Formats: sequence, C-alpha cells, structure tokens
Amino acid sequence: MLPIGHYLFLGLALFIIGVIGVVTRRNVIVILMSIELILNAVNINLVAFSRLYGDVAGQVFALFIIADAAAEAAVGLGIIIAFFRNRETVLEDEMDLLKW
Amino acid sequence: MLDQVIFYLFSAVAVAGAILTVTRRNVVHSAIFLITALLATAGIFLQLRAEFLFIVQIILYVGGIMVLFVFVIMLVNLDVAVRQLRFARQKWVALLISLALAAQVGLMLWSTGKMPGQGVPVLSAVPADKLPPNSEEVAKSLFSSYLLPFEIASVLLLVAMIGAVVMAKRRA
Repeated sequence: MLPIGHYLFLGLALFIIGVIGVVTRRNVIVILMSIELILNAVNINLVAFSRLYGDVAGQVFALFIIADAAAEAAVGLGIIIAFFRNRETVLEDEMDLLKW
Repeated sequence: MLDQVIFYLFSAVAVAGAILTVTRRNVVHSAIFLITALLATAGIFLQLRAEFLFIVQIILYVGGIMVLFVFVIMLVNLDVAVRQLRFARQKWVALLISLALAAQVGLMLWSTGKMPGQGVPVLSAVPADKLPPNSEEVAKSLFSSYLLPFEIASVLLLVAMIGAVVMAKRRA
C-alpha cells in the first residue's frame, strides 16, 4: 500500500467536496447524495487505517457505516416523497413552514 | 509501481466524479456521477485488499442505494428543477467551512513537520498473497467482537425500513 497520507488526503478531498455540496446545493436529493459522499470519505480513512495496522476492525466499522448510509437514504428519500406530495417542491429554501 | 498507478487512477476518477456530482444541474447526471465516484472508491478498497468491502460497496451502494435515489428522482418532478437556480446563496459559508478544514490540516502538517503516517511502523507489510482471507477475517471479527453492534445495526435497518414505508405511504 501507499503511505497512509495519500489515502487521508483523498478522504479529505471527498469530505470537503461533500460538505460544499451539502451547504450550497438547493435540491434536497443532491444534498442527500453529498452526505453519501461524506460517509464514503470516512470509509476510505477507516479501510486505509485497517490496512496500515493489519487490524480488520476498521473494515467492520466501514460495514456499519454502509448499513447506516442505507438506512439514512431510505428514511431521507421517504421524507422527500412525503414532502413533495404535500408541497410540490424538493428545494430546501422553500421548506420554510417553521420559519417566520 | 502498479499500486501507485491504480491508486492515482481511481482517486482521480473519485474526485472528478464527486466534483461533478456537486456541480451538475440535472439531478440524474448528479446520480450517475455519484455512481462513478462510488465505484472508484470500491476500486480504492480493492487496492487496499479489502475485497469484502469492495463487493459490499458495489452491491449495496451502487446496486441498492443508487437505484433508490434514481427511483425517487423519477417520482419527484424533474423538469421544473432543471430550470431553477442550482445553488442556494451560501457560497461564503461553504468557502469558510472548507477553508477551516484546510487550515486544520495545514496546521497539523506544519506543527508536526511531516506527512501523516511518516515514521509509523507499517505492521501489515506482509505481501498481498500472504494476507489472510479477507471475508473470513471480517466475518470472525463481526460475529465475535462486534456481535452486539451487528444486532443493533440490524434493528436499525428494520426501523429504517418501517420508517421509510410509513413516510412514503399515501395518507388515507
């Protein structure tokens, strides 16, 4: 394997891109996709350290994160469908019922 | 040498896919580029000799979650969204957050004066063909040390499944 820094910088780049997507995009579906990118960046770090230390626990935690991402995507998309049915929009700055 | 070529190829594809995911106007294009980025990440996992996660990443992320995403994109109205403004007015917040993250990493590099992992003994310097079978190792760890988190994760998935059905169900 390459030095661990390579993997950390790859994870950092994906994480920052994901954060920029979450903060700047208006479409809620794209925001959910950016969250998937962030979780993916974390997985890269976990697997890289798992390989570095020869300990498989990092890969087990990456598995848990993937399961968590699946649960989050299912519930999030369900919420988006319910919201779209009520308000006919998927843009986050039009979700302002609680705003005054 | 081959390791390096594979790593740089896959990481370039992953970063490019991620950037295009965030910037494309059409949501379906975003989904396609996210699939590209996730597949490239699967390649990184394979390069790290995590074969089980490689397969799980492809089957679960690309085969499961992304199908769910594309399905929901079809359900919600796409034609209107394409013509609307892509970004909310939060460019400065995004710039601030990414600069803060970059500053943290820069501070870390500057204060230690070396790359992360430099000087750390590589314990797993065993050649690839001497590694134990990956799926077997993951299974052993998952079903012995991490049995309770495993069961909790299955309960979480059950809860998420029920929650998604309840959320998406049409009210009578």
